[in-house]
Amino acid sequence: MNIVVCVKHIPDPNIPGELEGGRLKRSGVQGVLDPGDEFGVETGLQLKEAHGGEVTLVSMGPPTAMEAIRRGLSMGADKGLLVSDDALQGACALVTARVLAAAIKKSGPFDLVIAGVESTDGYTGTMPSTLAELLDVPQVTFVKRLDSADGTIRADRQTAEGYQVVESPLPALITVTAGVNSPRYASFKGIMAAKKKPVDNLSIGDLGLSSEEVTSMQQIASVGSAEARKAGEVIEDDGTGAQRVAEFLKEAKVI
Amino acid sequence: MSKIWVYAEVSNGKVDPTALEILTKARDLAEDVEGVVLGPGATEAASVLGEYGATTVYASDDPVYADYVAQPAAHALYQLIQQHSPDVVLFAMNYDSRDIAGRLSAKTGSTLMSNVFEILGSDRAQTGIFGGATLVDVDLQGSPKLLLVRPKSFEPEPSGGSAKVVPVDIDIPDELKKSRRLERHEEAASGPRLEEAPIVLAGGRGLQDPSNFKLLDELASEIGDAAVGATRAVVDAGWVPYAMQIGQTGTTVKPGVYLAFGISGATQHIVGMKGAKKIVAINKDEEAPIFQIADLGIVGDALKILPQLIEEVRSRKG
Repeated sequence: MNIVVCVKHIPDPNIPGELEGGRLKRSGVQGVLDPGDEFGVETGLQLKEAHGGEVTLVSMGPPTAMEAIRRGLSMGADKGLLVSDDALQGACALVTARVLAAAIKKSGPFDLVIAGVESTDGYTGTMPSTLAELLDVPQVTFVKRLDSADGTIRADRQTAEGYQVVESPLPALITVTAGVNSPRYASFKGIMAAKKKPVDNLSIGDLGLSSEEVTSMQQIASVGSAEARKAGEVIEDDGTGAQRVAEFLKEAKVI
Repeated sequence: MSKIWVYAEVSNGKVDPTALEILTKARDLAEDVEGVVLGPGATEAASVLGEYGATTVYASDDPVYADYVAQPAAHALYQLIQQHSPDVVLFAMNYDSRDIAGRLSAKTGSTLMSNVFEILGSDRAQTGIFGGATLVDVDLQGSPKLLLVRPKSFEPEPSGGSAKVVPVDIDIPDELKKSRRLERHEEAASGPRLEEAPIVLAGGRGLQDPSNFKLLDELASEIGDAAVGATRAVVDAGWVPYAMQIGQTGTTVKPGVYLAFGISGATQHIVGMKGAKKIVAINKDEEAPIFQIADLGIVGDALKILPQLIEEVRSRKG
């Protein structure tokens, strides 16, 4: 089973974000593999262990995004592909999907493409569906549990009311939630091995995409602060916390 | 803006309420507001869309749209767009619409914007980052513009109108019938529905153990008219059913009062509850971002405070 996992290098979500030119500041900021993508990598590795094949990591981002690929490789993925190009700064979801689709097609035939439900930094959550359409494969999104056998996947797909059981033939694209598994830690051996695994560096020119195709169709017009909520009161619980909450509820006519 | 479309989800014969909110907003923006609704119950739903301002509704009751994920609906929408050339297509930022709009964007080659808080014109919309504390106005290109609008961004108001229903009869090729829904499971909770409840009690990691959600249920039944929700972290951890998830993925709530127990306030959670009129947060960590939007914040152990609060509420009801 040939599996492609989309991974993203993002500013460490545990450090408060900063803006630069209306966009999330990325340069000079501590970056990590999007924690949501670790579940995608783990899903890919488990499928490989069950069915054989290869796990390829694909990413778009500045050269520093290599860190995210290395991290996935140290977990056990086989190879990586990073598309870096200055022209891609501020790419919208559609452009990102076009770039990843071209990179995935270039990397060879695949059975399954895996992505996170949404990135932790941009949280647009539409790139995987657009990617599925560009690759001309069906999709199963919001996957909470996954089975795979005989060229078919069957998954529990989270919904607002509960979940659906969805089945699809391969090749297909899935998006996984953080509940789907427990990602493994990279072992020391894995980290050492990752340094020798092959990673391709590609630019837009290598993918045969026109400059029009990679021009973002969204521009930031302005950035402002939302009307701040009235400054609330924050107090230390000295044993009267519950009472304070009850009084608040009484004032709000809840009780 | 000349022509706006609203794509409305329909399930179990019920129109997604977010579609009615978006229609109400669309009326302010354009003369020509039309709806599209696909799947069983669509024709009936069309008349509801008319009451909220759609003058024409393209409808198909074909079960293919409910049976297969995203591909048939994206295909049909694309055909309709080519025939009728809307300038903007609005979707609710819900599970199914997100899938459909994503595929559609690849077909139209036009921009798709997620998490829209406000629509500012035919080519400009607003979203929020850092949990909505910072607002970003974005210029959009391509046609039609595709926008995924956050639920509960607008107040729904009937227009008193009615819609002309145009039946959609589009053949869906077999190669688009692949990702098939075999079963649907609803995790019904007792009490008011999460998205409609005037009071929401939500729990996060700070509750430490799944069994402690019992305390929230107990408090909810003491208060009455309260629903219990949860953060993505605890849903992902398998503590509570998926249907309880509040946030970016999950349910958006806008209650009169929101009580957060052991919730730190990650962006993907805040976008799902920031519309609450009053917010009370209880968390051990005084640095938790949730305190920045709380009307009342208690730095303390939610597990210690919960039983006391249940007692307080009980005695005050006395």
